[in-house]
Amino acid sequence: MRDTKVLSTPTMPGPAITIENLSKRYTIDHQRANGEGLRHAIEAAIRAPLDWLRSSRQKKIQQVDFWALKDVSLQIKQGEVVGIIGRNGAGKSTLLKILSRVTVPTEGRFRINGRTASLLEVGTGFHQELTGRENIFLNGAILGMTRAEIIRKFDEIVEFSGVEEFLDTPVKRYSSGMYVRLAFAVAAHLQPEILIVDEVLAVGDAAFQKKCLGTMGSFAQSGRTVLFVSHNMEAIRTLCQRCVWMRDGQLHKDGKADEIVEAYFNSISSQQSFSCSNPDYGLTIQKVVLRNGRGEESSQFFPGEDLVVEIYYDAHKCIEKPIIALSVWGVNASCFSSNMLLDGHRPNFLEGSGKITCTFKAIPLLPQNYTVKMNVESANVRDLIVPYQEVAGFSVVGDLAEYGYKGEFLTYARRSTPVVVPYEWRLPDGTAATVTLAKKSTLVSR
Amino acid sequence: MIAKTFAAKPVALSDAFATSSPGQLLIEAGSTEKQYWRDLWRYRELFYFLAWRDLLVRYKQTVVGVSWSLIRPLLTMIVLTVVFGKLGKMPSGGVPYPLLVFCGMLPWQFFSTAIAESGNSLVSNSNLISKVYFPRLIIIVSSVITSFVDFLISGAFLIILMVWFRYVPPASVLFLPLFVLLVFGASLGVGVWIAALMVEYRDFRFIVPFIVQFGLYLSPVGFQSSVVPERFRFLYALNPMVGIIDGFRWCLLGVRNGIYLPGIVIAVIDVIVLVASGIWYFRKTEQSFADVI
Repeated sequence: MRDTKVLSTPTMPGPAITIENLSKRYTIDHQRANGEGLRHAIEAAIRAPLDWLRSSRQKKIQQVDFWALKDVSLQIKQGEVVGIIGRNGAGKSTLLKILSRVTVPTEGRFRINGRTASLLEVGTGFHQELTGRENIFLNGAILGMTRAEIIRKFDEIVEFSGVEEFLDTPVKRYSSGMYVRLAFAVAAHLQPEILIVDEVLAVGDAAFQKKCLGTMGSFAQSGRTVLFVSHNMEAIRTLCQRCVWMRDGQLHKDGKADEIVEAYFNSISSQQSFSCSNPDYGLTIQKVVLRNGRGEESSQFFPGEDLVVEIYYDAHKCIEKPIIALSVWGVNASCFSSNMLLDGHRPNFLEGSGKITCTFKAIPLLPQNYTVKMNVESANVRDLIVPYQEVAGFSVVGDLAEYGYKGEFLTYARRSTPVVVPYEWRLPDGTAATVTLAKKSTLVSR
Repeated sequence: MIAKTFAAKPVALSDAFATSSPGQLLIEAGSTEKQYWRDLWRYRELFYFLAWRDLLVRYKQTVVGVSWSLIRPLLTMIVLTVVFGKLGKMPSGGVPYPLLVFCGMLPWQFFSTAIAESGNSLVSNSNLISKVYFPRLIIIVSSVITSFVDFLISGAFLIILMVWFRYVPPASVLFLPLFVLLVFGASLGVGVWIAALMVEYRDFRFIVPFIVQFGLYLSPVGFQSSVVPERFRFLYALNPMVGIIDGFRWCLLGVRNGIYLPGIVIAVIDVIVLVASGIWYFRKTEQSFADVI
């Protein structure tokens, strides 16, 4: 509501992006999955009419409409930096795809005012066989730069990427880090008035991510409009003033970044039932429940408490040796994980309904908000039976003073690196201090 | 909440849509046609870049490199000369048989590589299609241009061949650009059709090699179209490559048997229909490429 007032003030610059009732429908055709091709069209004609009737009726049953985006309206002012958050499948990427004109809306319309560049992926159009130099030109052209522009900015791009020495090496010989750096360097020099970015920070090492964020930050400060999807809540919080939270293809909440991110975390924590199913594998994850060490269902934990993740499943078909991985994420990074791919302790098969539990012992986490993400892969690691996504959320609460912390800036704990491995200070005067997030009782007995 | 906001302010919103200036972009469900041709112009440099990429990549990690675009037609010419000229004893119309064959192969090779390459082009660029916007027609035209470069190389080789056989082209060579345009149109028309169909029906990946293989024999590449019995000639000329190859021979060699005029007229009509219908179908399906591919 607050935003509405701002929008209607006559002195404000015109909107950069105006979106009105945008919807996108996908028709999911299950039959397609196994036999894509002309076959249906031709087969239907060649086979007996009876067969054709039957098969066409079957086909109808298996076509499912899916609204990836439903009636989204939004107005973004010039110079605004807007973050878009939401679970996987909430419609964030679809929205960006439509705004980037990669795909067309089924209903509704939007207007963009200004030169736009969209970055749905880092390094789109890079060709493995071409050298770094050649790829700069190719990628630049694909992203909408003119040749003159690329030539003008070439040196800057190379310097930014830091791959001078390998400029004439085919990019297939690059390390993935170099590849991403070069790709981002090209994109960073697009200099549009409106920038649309989809989760590009998910790649690259920490230093690179920082550089990306820095670039986007300075971009935002120069008064340009940025629309930015990320799962990195800290990035959203630092970069964006405004945040849009999408849920089930709809605009769920819109407001100040801090508030929306907070609300998002709270909703994940309080959400009771995550569920999803994969018809191809006949697997349904009915719910994911978090319990504390005493077996009580909870979304609030104390530092040093046990975290029990229970996955309730129902497998219609037998799934052999699935690989399940869980990871616990803080606001800006993953903290720790349990991964069957790594430890090899996989169930021989899943059939019928049951429960898989994973207990994280004495979680060494500072009071912050966390999410639990999960994926399930097939035995050959080829298929994602359950795609990587958030399945639960929790917050760690507690007074750090009770754990022996005595700093004056305990509120800083919300922004610190979340995991605390027990450590010990030895000071010049000979005193030693152990810091641990183990249970309070342990501290007392020391 | 935001939905309510917009419901409460319909006036403000429609104002935003009503004022239009050149820097603005308005996309509505189902109407992007006007914008399309403007974009095609805006992205014109991409024609060049994509063709440049394909040319650069084509002969990477090959030993003889660009020579391949000479070796291929040369070997085919030898084989066809031996099969049709020496073994089949087809009439040559007083022209050295290798020249006759090469003048047929020039447009044919261009056509066949162009439809194969452009037919595959959308699918092999699917990463671009699902991540960046630009008029997709550029991809197709670029791959036709790539094949056209091979055509030019072969054309240069034809000049060497003509010098070798001491053959001076007749005055009708002035009409050659017309037939080059025709074969370009035919390649583009068929290429656009196949590319658009391939996005949804990958079957065309198997169909195209058949077209190329049979087409070589169905078109007068290894022989003159005059060997076809007169009563079948019209039917035969429905294949646009018949008129085009005849035209090439007439321009370059001035084949004496005379030119079959209806064949050329049919070729022109064929090409116009192919290009127009191809672009129509392409535009119709293009919007869903990113969703289907």
